[in-house]
Amino acid sequence: MTDTPLLELKNLHVGIPKRDGYLDIVKDVSFSIMPGEAFGLVGESGSGKSLTALSLIRLLKKPLKVSKGQILFKGRDLQTLSDREMRGLRGERIAMIFQEPMTALNPLKTVGRQIAEMFVLHRGMGWAEAGRKAVDALASVKVPAPEERVLAYPHQMSGGMRQRVMIAIALACDPDLLIADEPTTALDVTVQDEVLKLIGELCAARGTAVLMISHDLGVIANMCQRVGVMYSGRLVEERDTYDLFAAPRHPYTKGLLGALPRLGTRHGAAGRQRLVDIDGLIKDREALLQEFCFQPRNTIRDPRLRADGAA
Amino acid sequence: MLRFTMRRLLQMIPTIIAVALLIFVIFSVVPGSFASSLMADGKTASDPELLARLNEQFGLDKPVYIRAWEYLSGLAHFDLGTSFRTREPVLDVINDRIWASLKLSIAAMVFAIVIGVPLGFIAALRPGSVLDSITMIGAVSGLSMPQFWLGLLLMYFFALVLGWLPSFGYGGGDLKYLILPAITLGVTPLALLARTTRAGVLEITNEDFIRTAHSKGMSNSRVIRWHLMRNVMVLVVTTIGLQFGSMMGQAVVIEKLFSWPGIGSLLIDSVSIRDIPVVQGTILVIVLWFLLINTFVDIIYAAIDPRIKQT
Ligand SMILES: Nc1ncnc2c1ncn2[C@@H]1O[C@H](COP(=O)(O)OP(=O)(O)OP(=O)(O)O)[C@@H](O)[C@H]1O
Ligand SMILES: [Mg+2]
Repeated sequence: MTDTPLLELKNLHVGIPKRDGYLDIVKDVSFSIMPGEAFGLVGESGSGKSLTALSLIRLLKKPLKVSKGQILFKGRDLQTLSDREMRGLRGERIAMIFQEPMTALNPLKTVGRQIAEMFVLHRGMGWAEAGRKAVDALASVKVPAPEERVLAYPHQMSGGMRQRVMIAIALACDPDLLIADEPTTALDVTVQDEVLKLIGELCAARGTAVLMISHDLGVIANMCQRVGVMYSGRLVEERDTYDLFAAPRHPYTKGLLGALPRLGTRHGAAGRQRLVDIDGLIKDREALLQEFCFQPRNTIRDPRLRADGAA
Repeated sequence: MLRFTMRRLLQMIPTIIAVALLIFVIFSVVPGSFASSLMADGKTASDPELLARLNEQFGLDKPVYIRAWEYLSGLAHFDLGTSFRTREPVLDVINDRIWASLKLSIAAMVFAIVIGVPLGFIAALRPGSVLDSITMIGAVSGLSMPQFWLGLLLMYFFALVLGWLPSFGYGGGDLKYLILPAITLGVTPLALLARTTRAGVLEITNEDFIRTAHSKGMSNSRVIRWHLMRNVMVLVVTTIGLQFGSMMGQAVVIEKLFSWPGIGSLLIDSVSIRDIPVVQGTILVIVLWFLLINTFVDIIYAAIDPRIKQT
């Protein structure tokens, strides 16, 4: 773990172009991921996790752009790559799994064909050979009867199965980095664990680094060595997972931890201890630029939370 | 698939019977008969005795329900009755005309598809471009222009002013004679197709599975060929079917305008002399065409979209 990082974000800003510069939604995010490491990114809905992830594979939707900062992958700045070079990395070296397994697959193509595409694209195989490899790929994500399932269409599968298919696609070419953007949020609780465990096992076995995005600290704690906490477009804390749980520094992280259900205590109407919720809402983004970033949440007032990052 | 096709074809039968009956009833209650229209031409005196004899000769003296029954049982043996005017079987009369109509409809539809679909595609891939604006303005004009007027315009310009094409007639099957009526008839479906295709492409482009395709490292043209085309086609096929199905009906006016010897002009001629068996027969053919095309579209639909259950 002493060599160069696999991925390094340096002061990443993502924003919408305006007449006078950018309206930044993701502000000044820096972190790095070592080869084979699992890094967690937590934060509530709208905190900018997905935008950070999408900027890594240059798939931000139209008005959004990386406005400042660098994304270094194996020391190369991704923004300086040509489209063709970037396509060579996507799926091949950096793969991504999305939140919604229901819509992430093409309804008109068999899952086998959608896996096989990876081998045709990046390994130069013909469809027949790629089809055979797709069966293996499906078997590796523990889908039962893979020879038959490759012929199934997405609508014939459950959400959990589809997410396994997505994992098979993502890991088909043995990438160096897997970005998993809330891969289990849309799934049934009972299959969430299985899918997470599967990602953990497969990546550990192949030495694939993972950027695991979630708004659930429990998910992160289980599989990531380090964790970054995002709040309102900023990375407010970045620590060893163990340290973070033991001694959170940032008030928002404390709030997050306080909101976790703990073993041995009872919650709800009959319970003795209520789950702590964090007061207030993220306010209008423009107002946030001037104001205290955390001020609307009135339980905490802390000068470290200024939106401009000045302490 | 074969069973599905057979079932869909058999399902047409009750509809056909109901439609045939409806047509029959409508024409037995409209005022005026072939006999009275013969006498109104000025050559024959208005003679009640002659009228009764003529009515008897054409079987018009029997009660409606008996004639209806005779008509329907005739249909079962593909006997559409006998033309009052020519005393030929209606089936033969229609057989003489239907091929010209088919030729015109198919030519118009091919024209509409070959130009409309690619135009919609190109417009959607460059939204807001000059080509996009021109296409959409053209589509709106194409939809709002009365076909009859457009036909006259084309006739005036290409036949009278430029003298490139014959202005009307069949020309014994010479393809030059087909061009103007086919374009006139094809403009409305062309405009509709360009619009639906454009809307379809824009809709599918925003789907999650297109983002997945990009994340696999596919080039834009591959994303279009592998994941966009077919999904758009599912949307476009419906429009093609509806337009193609209603085309024989729309062709009635155009055929008359261009003196095209199809069933449309046959219908208008037969209505004016109250040749009811021929009128019924042609309308039945027009309806049958609509049903047939729609059934055919359902079958294509089931073939390209696996989500449709083939039951
Ligand atoms: N095209 C856009 N234009 C303007 N704002 C946008 C756009 N796309 C995203 N945003 C905003 O950027 C913020 C960050 O979005 P992002 O999707 O990264 O959040 P997230 O942390 O992934 O949340 P979630 O947990 O809901 O997935 C959100 O508040 C969202 O409304
Ligand atoms: Mg997200």
